[in-house]
Amino acid sequence: MLLFLALPTLIAVGTGFIGNDGGFTLDTVAALADPVVLDAFGSSIWLSALTAVVGSVVGALVCYALLGAHPEGALRSSIDSISGVLAQFGGVMLAFAFVATIGIQGMVTVVLRDTFGVDIFAEGVWLYELPGLVLPYIYFQVPLMIITFMPALASLKPTWAEANATLGGSARTYWLRIALPVLAPSFLGSLLLLFANAFSSYATAAALTSQGAQIVPLQIRSALTSETMLGRENLAGALALGMIVVMAIVMVGYSALQSRAARWQR
Amino acid sequence: MSGLRYQGGVAHAPGRLVRGVILGLVGAIFAVPIIAMIEFTLRRGLVGGYDLHRWTDLAQGGLTGEYSQVLVALGNSVGLAIGTVAIVLLLLVPTMLLVHIRFPGLRRVLEIVCILPISIPAIVLVVGLAPVYSVVARLLGSGVWTLAFAYGITVLPFAYRAIQANLDGVDVRTLSEAARTLGAGWGSVLVRVLVPNLRRGIFAGAFIAVAVVLGEFTIASLLNRTNLQTALVVVSKNDPYTAVILSLVALFVAFLLLLAIGRLGATRTPARTPALPTPTGAPS
Repeated sequence: MLLFLALPTLIAVGTGFIGNDGGFTLDTVAALADPVVLDAFGSSIWLSALTAVVGSVVGALVCYALLGAHPEGALRSSIDSISGVLAQFGGVMLAFAFVATIGIQGMVTVVLRDTFGVDIFAEGVWLYELPGLVLPYIYFQVPLMIITFMPALASLKPTWAEANATLGGSARTYWLRIALPVLAPSFLGSLLLLFANAFSSYATAAALTSQGAQIVPLQIRSALTSETMLGRENLAGALALGMIVVMAIVMVGYSALQSRAARWQR
Repeated sequence: MSGLRYQGGVAHAPGRLVRGVILGLVGAIFAVPIIAMIEFTLRRGLVGGYDLHRWTDLAQGGLTGEYSQVLVALGNSVGLAIGTVAIVLLLLVPTMLLVHIRFPGLRRVLEIVCILPISIPAIVLVVGLAPVYSVVARLLGSGVWTLAFAYGITVLPFAYRAIQANLDGVDVRTLSEAARTLGAGWGSVLVRVLVPNLRRGIFAGAFIAVAVVLGEFTIASLLNRTNLQTALVVVSKNDPYTAVILSLVALFVAFLLLLAIGRLGATRTPARTPALPTPTGAPS
């Protein structure tokens, strides 16, 4: 744990502060104020927030739809498996899938163009740029939500519904007064997990865009592998530091939200 | 009117129609890219039209020549998945239960430690892992399996959340006290009472761990190790059709694999389980 988590993080953050002469410096951190870098952070946050919200709402709906299904039945187990595959296995393959779907010669692109006369790339090809990442990201966010949120939904106790019915409550009061408050921490936790997942996701973007670096993980890649930015070898460390700062802010917000929401539990 | 609606043992489950509409809609949208991938592999290039020649070519040629590395990579990935699941489950489950039952005060600490890795993206971890792995390579060799430690860390939050969600819904303390009162030792409490009650969370955690490891690209690619995903990217550079075919096969195999793991968890339970399984004296 210490060796594989703490040490790498410290090194990653530490290199952000070390200059080319090996001494302590803030120069590389100052590089974070570069408009290009700021843009990348903005894009990353925007992309992550959008896909996390869409993913968690759609995912929660699917979980709700699955509520009555038999936990070990064919429906539940196949959706569990599909979700597992798409949420965490996808990565590189999702990039291939979306090139085949909405690439320049992709199936949907061609059908829309030839059958409906709609050219989705009328204003240029956006699949390999930031907007193109939204659909593939949602494609792995929804399944992740299903995986993480389903156990919480499944642990709602039937006795609560019975108590609600005994006291004359309706299905509406059950969902609004009992299920929703109880599920809120799990929902917010999952939403946060989705944001973090999108923010740190690298594989899909790396496989989709081989040039340019619109989001932070791709900038780290170019900083790690590029040989053109002489004198800024530690930029990767600085970018890593920036990412950790954003994630830390998210985490603080999360724990504040959760301790507030946890009051309703038990 | 305001009565209690039960379906499959769960109160206030959606009706058949609502469920059908939601699942149908989401399912249809999610099917499109997969269908597009299949359509792509059937294309006949500039001539137009469709046939199966790319699939038959690959099936006849097998994974030889330039593709043989995909097989090696697949072996690497499967080995890593097994190693990671073993590391995570053997360490995490007993730790979580111990904290939950004996040291509730440490719960927040454990949660923070376990959730921490998602706040440290893999791409950030790579920046720092490179120097660590140069040391590890000297001590343990540069085998691919050493990545299992790093993967254990990246998988930790997912496994933790899955198990914790289950743990919250089960009154572990009462269960273990009841079992202890009936004369069970800690070992049999763990194996015969707690683990069966938490199996859904544990299997969900194992699910995610296997899928994460098989799909891992970032760390392997930037540390120059070969696994399934990095091999696929290499193949896609000179033959996109083969890469898409292999992706489809890999997605399908992964689906079957996870399905099998899920079944494994299900076969040990009776056909109809109540929402909160009660431990009985039945031999496990």
